[in-house]
Amino acid sequence: MWRYALRRLLQAVPVFLGTTLLIYLMVFTLPGDPITALAGDKPIPASVAHALRERYNLNDPLLVQYAKYMWGLLHGDLGENYDGQRVADMLTGRWGVTARLAVTAWLFELAVGVALGVWAGLRRGRLADTLVLGGTTLIIAVPVFVLGYSAQLLFGVKWPILPSAGTDDGWPVSYLLPGIVLGSLGLSYVARLTRTSLAENLRADYVRTARAKGLPWRRVVVRHALRNSLIPVVTYLGIDFGSLMGGAIVTEGIFNLPGVGQQVFQSIQLKEGPVVVGAVTLLVLVFIVVNLLVDLLYGLLDPRIRYQ
Amino acid sequence: MSVQEPETAAVAEAGGPISDVRASLWRDAWYELRRRRLFWVCVAELALVGLMAAVPRLFTGRAVNTDCDPNQAKAGPSGAHWFGTDTAGCDYYAHVVHGARPTLLIGIAVTLFALVIAVVLGSLAGYYGGLLDAVIARITDVFFGLPFVLGATVILVAFPGHGVGAMTLVLVLLGWTTMVRIMRGQVIAVRDADYVQAARLLGASDPRIMRRHVLPNAIAPVLVVATLNVGNVIAGEATLDFLGVGLQYPQVSWGLQLNQAQSYVLDHPHLLLFPAVFLTATVLALLLLGDAARDALDPKLR
Repeated sequence: MWRYALRRLLQAVPVFLGTTLLIYLMVFTLPGDPITALAGDKPIPASVAHALRERYNLNDPLLVQYAKYMWGLLHGDLGENYDGQRVADMLTGRWGVTARLAVTAWLFELAVGVALGVWAGLRRGRLADTLVLGGTTLIIAVPVFVLGYSAQLLFGVKWPILPSAGTDDGWPVSYLLPGIVLGSLGLSYVARLTRTSLAENLRADYVRTARAKGLPWRRVVVRHALRNSLIPVVTYLGIDFGSLMGGAIVTEGIFNLPGVGQQVFQSIQLKEGPVVVGAVTLLVLVFIVVNLLVDLLYGLLDPRIRYQ
Repeated sequence: MSVQEPETAAVAEAGGPISDVRASLWRDAWYELRRRRLFWVCVAELALVGLMAAVPRLFTGRAVNTDCDPNQAKAGPSGAHWFGTDTAGCDYYAHVVHGARPTLLIGIAVTLFALVIAVVLGSLAGYYGGLLDAVIARITDVFFGLPFVLGATVILVAFPGHGVGAMTLVLVLLGWTTMVRIMRGQVIAVRDADYVQAARLLGASDPRIMRRHVLPNAIAPVLVVATLNVGNVIAGEATLDFLGVGLQYPQVSWGLQLNQAQSYVLDHPHLLLFPAVFLTATVLALLLLGDAARDALDPKLR
């Protein structure tokens, strides 16, 4: 297990460096000069522009800039935006919003997705199965912003059951509707994965053995079949948490939640490179750490993986 | 399939009842598929949208954004305007019909490019393994870790005035990883099979083995994922349009229509409804088609 853990950890390092470098290159080599953008319509003196460039390391070669940035990140410093604000300060309050939204969506996926999957998997080929399969396919096909607007219109405005926008009611009430919208895609995949996996495992020899030795059906399903069926679901749920954090931008926009996604989207358009790089780097870090944890958990759950 | 062929040959030699038609995985799958009603519904939907994309004139005589009457803006469906009018008073039906082309074009082009990348990189990584595999796997991981919407926004904002070509490029750049992983897994599963060993012992070269033996036996699941991928790309493209960083006015696409509709959905739901229904129906048809093909190609379920 330790060898496996160490190998996975070593693999994660180049991926982190590669992804952050890619983001860095994307943000800072694409057209658009931040200092000119900062100056606006009035030209600024060359000496001032030069001093600003010096201050934000814009005169160094890109790789040196990246190395300096990584060095700062290692010391917990996310750098400074072109307007002098600390990037860390700009993002502090926003992480909470995005994290709460992602957690709500994730819990929804986990609870409802697994329940629907078990329901359908136990009744494969019957009405429940068809309903779950059809419903989840439909949800996957509807773009998330259409789903978001429809949900907001129906359950926030027409029949005001839940708050339709903003975070005034705090967690969890304000986050229920956006969380359900954000989690609906993952829910569909979780339900389908659980269903297929459970239906396959129910035909396995060990299930027949468990039945033959007289275990009650409920116990066979819960302790034997379901436990093995959830391994791929755990993997998916892990990977998806990272995607939920990074993909929350559309949902945040529709439901007017002041999260990281909103901030990054604004900053991209204002060419505030340091903010974009800082936020996306942290998102990638979350993604990689969660994946690492899932792989380690996977190794614990399934011995075949760690002895490979 | 590779197991079935020698048997067929043996029966044929023994004078058994064999038609000229050779049994193959694809033929079996086709036999499975054509009996399904849902399969034909999906094909019909896609044929309709495909025809809209190819020859919009068949469906509407109006060009996009012409004969607009601002006094008639945001009107609901009527005899003169089947789908109502948009925010500038232009015919919404013509807009929806003309929106099919860029949407479909991007979906198919992105998937084809991604498929080529997947077949090349996946085959190389899976077949040779070792260092090459490790390097390709890490590069795939790097791109896989980029958040899709944010990554695409960074690139697209830097190039204002981009069209269908640039959108395709960006979507390929951010979406090629999944199929590479699946292709690699498939090739690994096939490369040590007996018939591949046999070909190697007979002195076949690596490129020949890959082309003639590994590829045909490994590609089926990748093609299924490619079908699903067309749907996902279309949804992703619409999301970028919706956020305002994708295609720009005066280009037309369903996503762009939804972008323009977003401030008015409360009072004029038809602006949301029509493009959303077409978008959803197309993505749904592609997903169901992929699912049906997967079931038909998987002998385990038969």
